[in-house]
Amino acid sequence: MDGAHDMGGVAWSGPVQPEPDEPIFHAEWERRAFAITLAMGMPGGWNIDMSRFARENRPPQDYLSKSYYQIWLAGLERLMLERGLVTADEIEAGKPLHPAKPVARTLSRDGVAAMLHRGGPTERQPGCAARFAIGDRVRAKVIHPPTHTRLPRYVRGHVGIVELLHGVHVFPDSNALGQENPQWLYTVTFDGRELWGPGGDASVKTSVDAWEAYLEPA
Amino acid sequence: MTGHDHDHHHHDHDHSELSETELRVRALETILTEKGYVDPAALDLLIETYETKVGPRNGARVVARAWSDPAFRARLLKDATPAISELGYAGRQGEHIVAVENTPRLHNMVVCTLCSCYPWPVLGLPPVWYKSAPYRSKAVKDPRGVLADFGFEVPDSAEIRVWDSTAEIRYFVLPMRPAGTEGWSEQRLADLVTRDSMIGTGLPKQPHEVA
Repeated sequence: MDGAHDMGGVAWSGPVQPEPDEPIFHAEWERRAFAITLAMGMPGGWNIDMSRFARENRPPQDYLSKSYYQIWLAGLERLMLERGLVTADEIEAGKPLHPAKPVARTLSRDGVAAMLHRGGPTERQPGCAARFAIGDRVRAKVIHPPTHTRLPRYVRGHVGIVELLHGVHVFPDSNALGQENPQWLYTVTFDGRELWGPGGDASVKTSVDAWEAYLEPA
Repeated sequence: MTGHDHDHHHHDHDHSELSETELRVRALETILTEKGYVDPAALDLLIETYETKVGPRNGARVVARAWSDPAFRARLLKDATPAISELGYAGRQGEHIVAVENTPRLHNMVVCTLCSCYPWPVLGLPPVWYKSAPYRSKAVKDPRGVLADFGFEVPDSAEIRVWDSTAEIRYFVLPMRPAGTEGWSEQRLADLVTRDSMIGTGLPKQPHEVA
């Protein structure tokens, strides 16, 4: 979706502001929100693209006015509400009002290290040959799906060069809807002036990682 | 949009909004715990892991090894995920890592314009600025301007290469080894490696900056 999360190249006033000696978390609630989000992945059963869509699929004013972990929290609440793991009246009341829904698995303290070590690899066995080779000229398609996508707006319609081939990976656009549909993944590199016109910096090259369905020959 | 911006630009709402969020998170944890979905002891361990074990010191050890051991450097640049796991770092948000090497003619910089993708096993959780709108918007269009925000510049003769992490590939910058460190142990070298130098928004420390 063309949401406020898709920020590449958007004119944004003000400099990047690094914080000296920044703490990992800035408040106790951020710690808990972070940990609850990681832990709920197991009973919740959603995947990373469902999580991302639950976070980004909101009006720009909502997305931009929330802090990072407030967006995580809002995304988590949405995922749980959609699956009936919690209900709106429970969130409103701040306490459980209904019986728990049976879940397949939960995360125990003993299971934390293994869960983190396992992660969520997205590479799958190839079912077909790659359409593009390193060095090929490709154009990022002009698409505006209302659903989740990982093709940022700033490269759509532009021509780049295939620089790396990463194997076959789960396709986020369909994975957010519950279908892995794995396909070839490429790093495609664009010149600064191709992306930003004559005002672009010719000494800059920028790449995105793009699945085959995002690309056409150029 | 970030906690950082929030703190600096919305003072009027700050107190009540943050308190509201705090109460909401606390209530949510209670609901989820009582329903048996989460175990507070597991939550504590998740937090402890990312506050004390998984952070940029891991990445600094990888860089120091690459600076010291040419065979390791070659393995790292060829296929970073198994090379990094030789040091025991692997897993969530680092399932597929690519290491990119800075040279006098090429400066690499990593961003995630769409969210906050970052190589957790080697760098830990991303700082607020990395997740902020200014960085995510500007890094791909004006990376030299971003580097100026960080107080350094890359010569015009060098190419800047920006990696937007739009998939589950995580990019990790191998910075240039500072001059004057010949014969240093890996441990001493690791002390020179800053988090930002592994994102590409900073440089390693110089020998005179560490005791």
